[in-house]
Amino acid sequence: MTTAVEQAPAIPRASTGRPSWLAGLTLGRALTHLALLVLVLIWTLPTAGLLISSLRDKDQLAVSGWWTALTTSETQGVTRIGTAEAQVEEGGRYFIRGNVFGTDTNKTVTAFGLSNAAPGAEPAGGSVEMTDGGAITVQADGAFEWASDAPFAHTRGPRIFYVSAIAPRFTIDNYIEVLTASGVGRSFINSFTVTIPATIIPILIAAFAAYALAWMRFPFRGLIVALVVGLLVVPLQMSLIPLLSLYNDIAKLFGATDGKTYLGVWLAHTAFGLPLAIYLLRNYMAGLPREIMESARIDGASHFKIFTTMVLPLSFPALASFSIFQFLWVWNDLLVAMVFLGAQQDKLVLTGKLVSLLGSRGNNWEILTAGAFVTIVVPLIVFFALQRYFVRGLLAGSVK
Amino acid sequence: MSHLKLTDVSKDYGHVQVLKHINLDIVSGEFMVFVGPSGSGKSTLLRTIAGLETITGGTLEIDGEVVNHRAPSKRGIAMVFQSYALYPHMNVFDNMAYALKIANESKDEIKRKVEAAAETLQLSKYLKRLPGQLSGGQRQRVAIGRAIVRDPKVFLFDEPLSNLDAALRVATRLQIAKLHQEMSKSTMIYVTHDQVEAMTLADRICVLRDGMLEQVGTPMELYENPQSLFVAGFIGSPKMNFFNGAIAGKYGAETLGVRPEHLEISDREGSWSGKVIHQENLGSDNFIYIDMGGEEPVVVRADGASHYTTGAPISIAPMANKTYRFDKAGKPIKG
Ligand SMILES: Nc1ncnc2c1ncn2[C@@H]1O[C@H](COP(=O)(O)OP(=O)(O)OP(=O)(O)O)[C@@H](O)[C@H]1O
Ligand SMILES: [Mg+2]
Repeated sequence: MTTAVEQAPAIPRASTGRPSWLAGLTLGRALTHLALLVLVLIWTLPTAGLLISSLRDKDQLAVSGWWTALTTSETQGVTRIGTAEAQVEEGGRYFIRGNVFGTDTNKTVTAFGLSNAAPGAEPAGGSVEMTDGGAITVQADGAFEWASDAPFAHTRGPRIFYVSAIAPRFTIDNYIEVLTASGVGRSFINSFTVTIPATIIPILIAAFAAYALAWMRFPFRGLIVALVVGLLVVPLQMSLIPLLSLYNDIAKLFGATDGKTYLGVWLAHTAFGLPLAIYLLRNYMAGLPREIMESARIDGASHFKIFTTMVLPLSFPALASFSIFQFLWVWNDLLVAMVFLGAQQDKLVLTGKLVSLLGSRGNNWEILTAGAFVTIVVPLIVFFALQRYFVRGLLAGSVK
Repeated sequence: MSHLKLTDVSKDYGHVQVLKHINLDIVSGEFMVFVGPSGSGKSTLLRTIAGLETITGGTLEIDGEVVNHRAPSKRGIAMVFQSYALYPHMNVFDNMAYALKIANESKDEIKRKVEAAAETLQLSKYLKRLPGQLSGGQRQRVAIGRAIVRDPKVFLFDEPLSNLDAALRVATRLQIAKLHQEMSKSTMIYVTHDQVEAMTLADRICVLRDGMLEQVGTPMELYENPQSLFVAGFIGSPKMNFFNGAIAGKYGAETLGVRPEHLEISDREGSWSGKVIHQENLGSDNFIYIDMGGEEPVVVRADGASHYTTGAPISIAPMANKTYRFDKAGKPIKG
């Protein structure tokens, strides 16, 4: 049995009442945009939070979240006034002066009182009678003055309670602290020492290999390409330990006392990075127009010349993307660095340092946030510096 | 001096034989055009001459020296590719100067040569531009300029105009003809699909078919004395009409060929009748398509002022002595 279904009338896409920018907005596109927005938020919010937290005052960081960073927060405090020894005599009256905040200056007193139960009994600037005689005045900036006609004789200073407002305060103190005192600065340099050669060496080797595999004719070329693709899937963890013991044996053979050197990490990262590098670059280079190479050959260029003057400049997008991959991977790597460099303090990389900070100073948020941000700021810089090479249309005007 | 001599040249890729025993002499200063249908091996022949493909049989001589194994850059040739193959990251000046730089010429010399070539090709204004910022015609001229600056003995062109629009094609064709006159000592070898390019540019045309040489000769020789059915059908536009069966039998041939320009509309004795199915009036000429029961319509060139109604009956007859007779093997019958 079939039933005749009446054709639904076509729904007009854009009715006259809608603004024109809405006309092209279908449900699908709206969903795409929404998903994009969510992704952007997921990526940027934690980063922004980390950055803001790392710049906040460490006291504020401890009591409130980063989203309150711009609002004034209130805390209560207590301070003990000096004993009779601190008194000074001026014109027949006796005074004890001081500041409830000590030397801290970014807070203001909004109210004060003499008991724990009522810390905000009197607004700032007012005065309160003291049980030990005289009266005390606390100004908004925290300065207090206890004045009396008779000399003070108390041996135990009374306490004043106060409510203070902390103005939002941003500081780079955390960074200074992290980079100098906590040894993160040293690790920062170590990380660079590991990462930069470990990025450049594989690129150099891979670019040459990729050119040969893409544009030179020699026996077993296809087999080598297949081998490289096969190596892509070898898990790092599987080869790490055999590689280390092999490397240590070789190091001993050359009479080295300590196998844990930067050279070892560089070589390890190079080896692990090469298959992907060769694979990516070969595919890219093989896609370059063959007429360009042939034209250059007729113009008299050798393979080396073609490589340096044609293939390298035209492969910039591929080189840049691989640099970013490799840089990020090496920068964020902990495993290979730990295996080949160990946990020696003077060669500890940033990731290793963060791990040890988490253990030893896990409560010091200001150190952790600043340390974490120091770690991610370098990849960010690398990414933004190289992203302009991700341009399409590098081949514009060459063929057709 | 740049005399090219191909002796028994063959080229195969594995089992596929692409060029079959080609014998060809191209004399110094000659403009030789290779024509043939797609896949006939024109580009391959050009590339073997350039040295981009190895020769698998026979010899290639330039000025009496066998150059089979000589590197492309040592053969004194320059090639203009169908796709231009400009270096996209270099500006026009550097594109043209590339070969000279590799040859270690002095800076002044390079500048002088490039500027002279740019002058001839009206590219002086664009020397600082990247290929991506040029129009198709300008890119083509840069590609030609890149060939000129090297002052080669032999120019190789692989369908250099096929990416240009009609007007530009005519202009660039004239430019290439002029170039040939100016560089009268250089040999030029030119691959094309285009009838008009072949007929107007060539000193001699070489017709290729399935990797074999069909016929070599001046454009008029090929037009007037095609040595095979294939050449007869290939040279001339619109192509020659072929008749089989009774019509050809009357002339004592297996196939009778008559060019559209050699058919007249007349109902004299022995004329053939058919029906007009279409006409293309180009102003100067009116090409009439006539259905005579064969597989393809017969084309007749008539005066541009004429008009024929579609569907109307029509009688046509060949002009005297303007018919081509071919035997079973597609060879012309003499006499
Ligand atoms: N690398 C190759 N391997 C195998 N066969 C090839 C190769 N290159 C070309 N051929 C074959 O050789 C034949 C001739 O190719 P060629 O490019 O010379 O043709 P062409 O005459 O230039 O055609 P077109 O006019 O379409 O450019 C074609 O049949 C092609 O399939
Ligand atoms: Mg071709």
